[in-house]
Amino acid sequence: MRTTFALAATAILAGSAAQADCAIENEVEVKILAAAFEAWKAVTDAMAECGNVQAELDQQFRVKQPSAFAANPALYQVGGVSNGTITPLLNEGTIRPLDDLVEKYGQHLKPNQLIRIDGNIMAVAMMVNTFELAYRSDLFEEHGIEVPTDYDALIAAAEKLQGAEGIDYPLGAMTKSGWDLALDFVNLFQSSGKPLVNDDSTPNVNNETGIATLELMKTLSGFMDPEYLVSDSTYVQQQMQQSKIAMANMWASRAGAVDDETESQVVGKVETAMSPIAPFGDRPVATIWWDGIVIAKNIPDDEAEAAFRVAMEGMDTEMVQANNDAAVWLIDGYQPGRLAQGAIATATHDPAPLSYPSTVEMGLMHTALGNEVSAYLTGSRSAERTLEAVEQSYLTAAREAGVLN
Amino acid sequence: MKFRTFAAFVGPSVFMMVVFIALPLISVFVQSFQVTQPVIERIEVETCSAGFLEQTCTTRVTTRPLLDENGQPQTTTEWVGLESYANLLQLDRVRNAIAAGVPERILQIDFWQALRFTLTFTLLTLPLVVGLGLAIALAVNNAARSIRGQVIFVSLLPFIITPVIGALSIRWLFYGDGIVTSWLEALMGTDISVAANGWAIEALMMFYRVWHVAPFAFVIFYAGLQTVNQDTLESAIIDGANRWERLKFVIVPHLMPLIVFIALIHLMDAYRAFEEVVGFSSQAQRITLQWLTYDLLQPDDAGNRSISRASASAMLTMIGIVIILLPPLRRTWRDHKGVS
Repeated sequence: MRTTFALAATAILAGSAAQADCAIENEVEVKILAAAFEAWKAVTDAMAECGNVQAELDQQFRVKQPSAFAANPALYQVGGVSNGTITPLLNEGTIRPLDDLVEKYGQHLKPNQLIRIDGNIMAVAMMVNTFELAYRSDLFEEHGIEVPTDYDALIAAAEKLQGAEGIDYPLGAMTKSGWDLALDFVNLFQSSGKPLVNDDSTPNVNNETGIATLELMKTLSGFMDPEYLVSDSTYVQQQMQQSKIAMANMWASRAGAVDDETESQVVGKVETAMSPIAPFGDRPVATIWWDGIVIAKNIPDDEAEAAFRVAMEGMDTEMVQANNDAAVWLIDGYQPGRLAQGAIATATHDPAPLSYPSTVEMGLMHTALGNEVSAYLTGSRSAERTLEAVEQSYLTAAREAGVLN
Repeated sequence: MKFRTFAAFVGPSVFMMVVFIALPLISVFVQSFQVTQPVIERIEVETCSAGFLEQTCTTRVTTRPLLDENGQPQTTTEWVGLESYANLLQLDRVRNAIAAGVPERILQIDFWQALRFTLTFTLLTLPLVVGLGLAIALAVNNAARSIRGQVIFVSLLPFIITPVIGALSIRWLFYGDGIVTSWLEALMGTDISVAANGWAIEALMMFYRVWHVAPFAFVIFYAGLQTVNQDTLESAIIDGANRWERLKFVIVPHLMPLIVFIALIHLMDAYRAFEEVVGFSSQAQRITLQWLTYDLLQPDDAGNRSISRASASAMLTMIGIVIILLPPLRRTWRDHKGVS
């Protein structure tokens, strides 16, 4: 499925006809590799209007990107990254600081968009992504349920909706074993504001917050489709669209699909609210992510300059106005739509959810969680022993990666 | 044949085998005893990340690899002996589990869980593939000549389908509100969730493998059936042997070398089972050894890969295949010697 989509999305767009809406005329060949979702499609299409732009949108981009950028010359001039996937590029030094280019061509950018690492601008963000509670306002009204702001209220609402007419299960979640399940754990755990990995690279999961997180996950799973361990973001989106669930804490970038008339049976019935707060924390259950562009280091300066200018054209107000609901844009001209309200409430809550950490350790921790947590949910292991296993698996990987001795 | 001619014919193949099989194998073997790590520095870094309205800047100690003058991460390679194997096998946890009297805890370790499933999968599907393949071959052989072509075509279909697509189509029949699940639910009046149950997934994975591979066994057996000595069969009939006795004493002994051949191929393939895990997304419930190697090799978001453990896992998988192939290989060897 993903491959097909990636192939379909690999659009080679060049020629003079498409140059109408671009302020510059691009003479240098620019290639971009980014994730395959709606917002990137919008940006790369806008970039392509400048001519000589070749965009590759691929769900496997995170596997390709580090080696493609390490090549000399790099295989792509522009990379689409998030705060998770920028880590290997930063660590291997394959992307260039953008300060001079921003000074020359990026004066219109908001300070918020400039991702600074160690004082240097290393990426330019175009959107933020986070989680929001999408819920069926019609069912909530019918059953007299207030929109939950914490997980106790959410569980109470789920209990009320258990067996309700018109849905199969009260709750949906992105809990596919592996990466998705690990992110679910990370979001819940970080509601407490504590990091999963300490500053000295030792793990910080085998504690009360870890146990509480696991127990909450298990309680919530009781309100979900029993097949929740294969439920990824597309699955949740479809469950919502097909009126199988009444609420779900989902990616803001996915919520818009419930109003897609060609796919959804619940157009206009879904509202979004702040992602609720866990009982052991004070922040919404979410991590904040950004998506943005980086420019390769191993390319000539004039290519980098052209690539940056094209990228700026792709990330302009015109593009945002044409694709307002594709993402929570950071670019001027963005008008938050109805289904983005929840994400904005999540991101602006005080205290705000933590950003997903761009560190080597977090990658290792994410893998360890993804591999071990499901054994607790399937009932083959206790919470304590699961956290021990996560810790063990993290320590083994961390020693192998050289971050711990 | 002259040696030169022989060498000219075999040379390219030997060259390919050395380049694409022997050298990578040696490299994996060596890497399973080594650990290559980047040289890490720990520094305080201020990171400013985008929020919705304004940035949040955090300063924390970060580990990052040191770069050399060419901008490449510096790495060190160390010989670590059997450490990667130990990390994979986790024998101390195995001992603890046995000492504590709860041997099922062994199966919570990835490697042992994968080994348990891979072995069950391989050994249970083997008789089913051989049996089903033989049954189809006999059925086709006895079918009227006019419909034989069609029957062969239909029987071969599962084998023609791309493995992952085959797995996915069976998954879609059963997972969620798949067609078959919906029928079963209507039939039994209960709610069925196939993907929530480890054993159900396991059964489905085996079903898929048998469905996919049985046609291969069928083709081989069908070819074998064409060479059964008709005189022997006829004399068996005259001697009063019934259908079952003819199968047991004439046909099966005749097909025995083919059965061993199918068993060899199937053991090898099934032990390397991989696409079932991907197709059925079974990693929460069931993993195979080959998938474990793949998972260790897969880079995470931060670009980390466990190459040493993956190498160790690959070596152990190979050793496993050799062990599992020993009985049929010894049999073939005995038969070979018996003939010559």
